[in-house]
Amino acid sequence: MAAYVAMLTKVGLEHYLVVGGILFALGIYIVLTRRNAISILLGVELILNSAGLNYVAFSHFSTGNVDGQIYTVFIIMLAASEAAIGLAIVLAIYQLFATIDVEATETLKD
Amino acid sequence: MEISIDVLIFYLVSLVVVGSACIVAFSRNIVHSAFSLLGTFGGVAGLYVFLGADFVAAVQVLIYVGGILVLILFAVMLTHRISDIDITNRTVGRIPGLVAVAVFLGILVYAIGETDWVKVKEVAYAPTTATIGNLFLGDYLLPFQIAAVVLLVALIGAITLSRKEIKE
Repeated sequence: MAAYVAMLTKVGLEHYLVVGGILFALGIYIVLTRRNAISILLGVELILNSAGLNYVAFSHFSTGNVDGQIYTVFIIMLAASEAAIGLAIVLAIYQLFATIDVEATETLKD
Repeated sequence: MEISIDVLIFYLVSLVVVGSACIVAFSRNIVHSAFSLLGTFGGVAGLYVFLGADFVAAVQVLIYVGGILVLILFAVMLTHRISDIDITNRTVGRIPGLVAVAVFLGILVYAIGETDWVKVKEVAYAPTTATIGNLFLGDYLLPFQIAAVVLLVALIGAITLSRKEIKE
């Protein structure tokens, strides 16, 4: 019991990893169940955020240098380009099919 | 036992992150989902501040909250048919998905608790911006340049995909 109280009153690496894990699990849930293309992109953003949080947590608690933070900056950069491309594709699909339900858009060409 | 104020703030910020991520995942209205992402991104920026990563926190606020979130809201407004909410945020297989993800999260938390992580003796809180800048133009010069090319390609690709075709 005392060990659990000590674990709760002192924030360490594990706390950040658990928050990152919850974000990752929710992102996976969104990608699995949503049928709206924009919602799926929201889930991907959650997953990328959880990965970045884990990188910064390890860089702070495990290595003590800033290499992990640099990977997080690269993750944010990739997330930005992924969002721009993904949303452009979603808009193109919407103009073609008038819906962005990923189950309704199953034709490849005409 | 007493809980210090920074631990309380950590739990508060984590609650904001997890709570708004839950709204993103379980809301039936996509506008609510998109706006809740603001809480998640801002809360993660707060956690970065807790971890002594001031530059990454500023980048998170500028790019995620200021850029990606606005982009997503634009896409929601452009494709959203407000009248039929059932279509805008349909979910399929809620219960199996929830069970699978809960089992996965349980395994993840168990592994986090059981692993003996490598830890530094003394965690340091120092300004990181100058160090990150020197590393970008030193050890990480090649990835930095490739990132610039990737951004250029993404820019051109987004323009090419979203412009209207002009029929001859």
